Amino acid sequence: MMFVPGNNPAMMQDAFIYGPDSIMLDLEDSVTMAEKDTARLLVHHALKTIDYGNTEMVVRINPLNTPYGKKDIEAVVKAGVHVIRMPKTETAEEVVEVEREIERVERELGCVGRTQIMAAIESTLGVVNAYAIATASKRMMGIALGAEDYSANLKTQRSPEGMELLLARQTIVVAARAAGIDALDTVYSNLNDMDTFRKEVELIKQLGFDGKSIINPRQIEVVNEVFAPKEKEIQKSLTILAAIKEAEQRGSGVIAVNGKMVDRPVVIRAQRTIDLAIASGIINKEDI
Amino acid sequence: MEIKNAIAGTLESGDILIQIAPASESGLHIDLESTVAYQFGAQIKKVITETLTSLGVDTAEVKATDKGALDCTIRARVTAAAVRATGKDVWAD
Amino acid sequence: MNSIKDRAALISEAAARMGKETFKGTADKNTMARTELTAGGAKVTTLEEAIRKAGLKDGMTISFHHHFRGGDKVINMVVAKLAEMGFKNLHLASSSLIDVHEPLIEHIKAGVITKISTSGLRGKLANEISHGIMQEPVIFRSHGGRGSAIANGDLKIDVAFLGASSADPMGNACGYSRSENAKSICGSLGYALPDAQYAKHVIILTDDLVAYPNTPYSISERNVESVVVVDSVGDSSKISSGAIRDTKNPRDILLAKQAAKVIINSGYFKQGFSIQTGSGGASLAAVKYIRQSMIDQGITASFALGGITAHMVKMHEEGLIDRLIDVQSFDKVAAESLKSDPMHQEVSANEYASFDEAGSATHSLDIVILSALEVDVDFNVNVLVGSDGIIRGAIGGHPDTAGDSALSIIVCPLLRGRIPCVVDEVTTHITPGSSVDVVVTEYGIAVNPRRPEIKERLEKAGLNIVDIHSLKDRAKSIIGEAAPLPFGDKVVGIVMNRDGSVMDVIKNITE
Repeated sequence: MMFVPGNNPAMMQDAFIYGPDSIMLDLEDSVTMAEKDTARLLVHHALKTIDYGNTEMVVRINPLNTPYGKKDIEAVVKAGVHVIRMPKTETAEEVVEVEREIERVERELGCVGRTQIMAAIESTLGVVNAYAIATASKRMMGIALGAEDYSANLKTQRSPEGMELLLARQTIVVAARAAGIDALDTVYSNLNDMDTFRKEVELIKQLGFDGKSIINPRQIEVVNEVFAPKEKEIQKSLTILAAIKEAEQRGSGVIAVNGKMVDRPVVIRAQRTIDLAIASGIINKEDI
Repeated sequence: MEIKNAIAGTLESGDILIQIAPASESGLHIDLESTVAYQFGAQIKKVITETLTSLGVDTAEVKATDKGALDCTIRARVTAAAVRATGKDVWAD
Repeated sequence: MNSIKDRAALISEAAARMGKETFKGTADKNTMARTELTAGGAKVTTLEEAIRKAGLKDGMTISFHHHFRGGDKVINMVVAKLAEMGFKNLHLASSSLIDVHEPLIEHIKAGVITKISTSGLRGKLANEISHGIMQEPVIFRSHGGRGSAIANGDLKIDVAFLGASSADPMGNACGYSRSENAKSICGSLGYALPDAQYAKHVIILTDDLVAYPNTPYSISERNVESVVVVDSVGDSSKISSGAIRDTKNPRDILLAKQAAKVIINSGYFKQGFSIQTGSGGASLAAVKYIRQSMIDQGITASFALGGITAHMVKMHEEGLIDRLIDVQSFDKVAAESLKSDPMHQEVSANEYASFDEAGSATHSLDIVILSALEVDVDFNVNVLVGSDGIIRGAIGGHPDTAGDSALSIIVCPLLRGRIPCVVDEVTTHITPGSSVDVVVTEYGIAVNPRRPEIKERLEKAGLNIVDIHSLKDRAKSIIGEAAPLPFGDKVVGIVMNRDGSVMDVIKNITE
């Protein structure tokens, strides 16, 4: 998920050529108070006009307790945004409130249920409430960690190793998995230190995250490389999926690969690997 | 419609700066400076006029300094300037 | 009885038969120490005196090189002197002209310069010429085309004014200096070498007059009539300015990486391949991204050609590129390398890219990566005239290298702001579509239908291959339809093809 400031037309126009899975146009932290109104209009017209292809379009709105949040929701829902990202989410009630606003606009447009929600958790209270937030609405598609505010709230600073974030990261992954939605990790801001960035991406992949937030196109390649499944993994997954297809055709519920029984989680994991391989451009859909 | 001086946009590449001021004579008076004036000058003026008219602004001095903005950006910047000039937002409060 | 006196009659007879004089004895030997003698060599003089000695007259052709690019000081200095001396109607034939040559506008208005031949024009000078300031159209040639034209007499040069970073009093000159007084460096003098060889009269301007012999040299004293010492021939810090820069722009990096993938999967990425990159951020950077694949696959290149860059020098020093052939040093690192590394060979424009010389280096070139202002759906390329109809570039070696190489790759963004780079028809035809093979944009890669085998290889490698018409349509859908340009009826430029035929003309812009 690539962050793009909502008040920069050139970057908004260009963002998707770098091939991020999703683009987050930002109306919150990267936009000054004096420009909230113009950024909102820019994002609205960009979403309505620019052909972003298959890229998932996300907008980070301002919180509802500011003068901007409600107008942000109206502007982006009317422009057909896929996902609204709530910043600094601390409770399930906040999600419900945002959902209510979304629904009000959707009803006006006659498209109730179109817009999904993602919540960024950026405080200790938010981490404690992670599962409640993740399950607060059927529109919830993911939760994400916002580490800058969170570490300040913890009364510490971010370190290259990220020990201070471990509990938050694991809590968010667990909550997301339990709720059946995606878990997304925080940004890494030092563009000149690609090695530490790569280590961080490797760590969060191992922790179980589905993806990483990025602030510059240069970071995309590293994320894709780390998340791209390895050749052996793909081959194994393809074999498993082929065995399932064959078993289904035979009408048999029991699947075995190389003489070993295959459990349901293994099948799910195999499907996920293949989805990732297709998303990373390693294999073609037609080749399966 | 009653309007006051207002400004929106930037001079960054791909953006447009719109300045709106009250006009003494009726009608929209658009002064356009653009890096793509040859190829897109007429189109830019058309988008500015359409956007202002749709917002009920039909008399104003408009100064537009364009750095190659797309139509959707021009619409957004003109709308923002018009909202600031009229004090009437396009979104519900 | 066979002393020389006895043979006198026979000597006279032999001389008469040959139509020669008999030997009358030599003048007295000059016994001055040679370091003193050569220091005040007969060729060293002032600019004004050198011009007089050259016999320059109104209407004649003067020539220059542009190896100092944005830092060039010679052209403005010399033309100002010619104006001061009252010359009129001169034909200025430079290997190229850029922003820094803006003062020429005044000399054009004053009638000092009435005709120009060049590879390109930029900045205010280009703008004025596009608006019709000159009566005679500017003649545009490629670097290889200029070399051929000078050699075959299409472009006759009366007096060449050639800046050099060092010269000895006899006129042996080059684009760097080994003395401790070195003031400037531009590396290769490749574009100046045809002028030095074929001009009727050659004046070297240098800011570092060194002791004879200034070996190794690029220009031999045999071709030089006068040597003029000046404060500065050029600012070396600006040779990598303008079109040439190392890019941090993410879009350029994306394009460079795509171009690298095209090269690696093209079928020409084999042991001993040869490569050239044109100016422009993305094409220069592409070489960076094939480096790792060369190491991984154990492939080395036989030579890199052209504008040589710091990247090329680095890969040469790492053993990845065997030889460097340098007609123009694109940055200071390349210029220093030319000075110190014998495997880094300076070549003339003719040896580099002459259409009619079978031995010229472009004929041995596998892959070239080039930039473009516009590409059209027939793969024609324009690198000279902007989409606003105003001249803003240079032909350079574009058609030479695209035409002679086995694989030419054009790298350009689909859009520059609201300006489309893939269009229905290019504003000005420079490089014919028949010599362009692949076009890389951030919205996909188009392959010339004449090269189905390349298309197949790239598709197999999983690259995003699209029809060039779809790129053009995509651009239009984003920016809308551009209005026609306000061209007038006056021809302000003539584009020569590298074979000496007329390729296209450029009309004036009226607004």
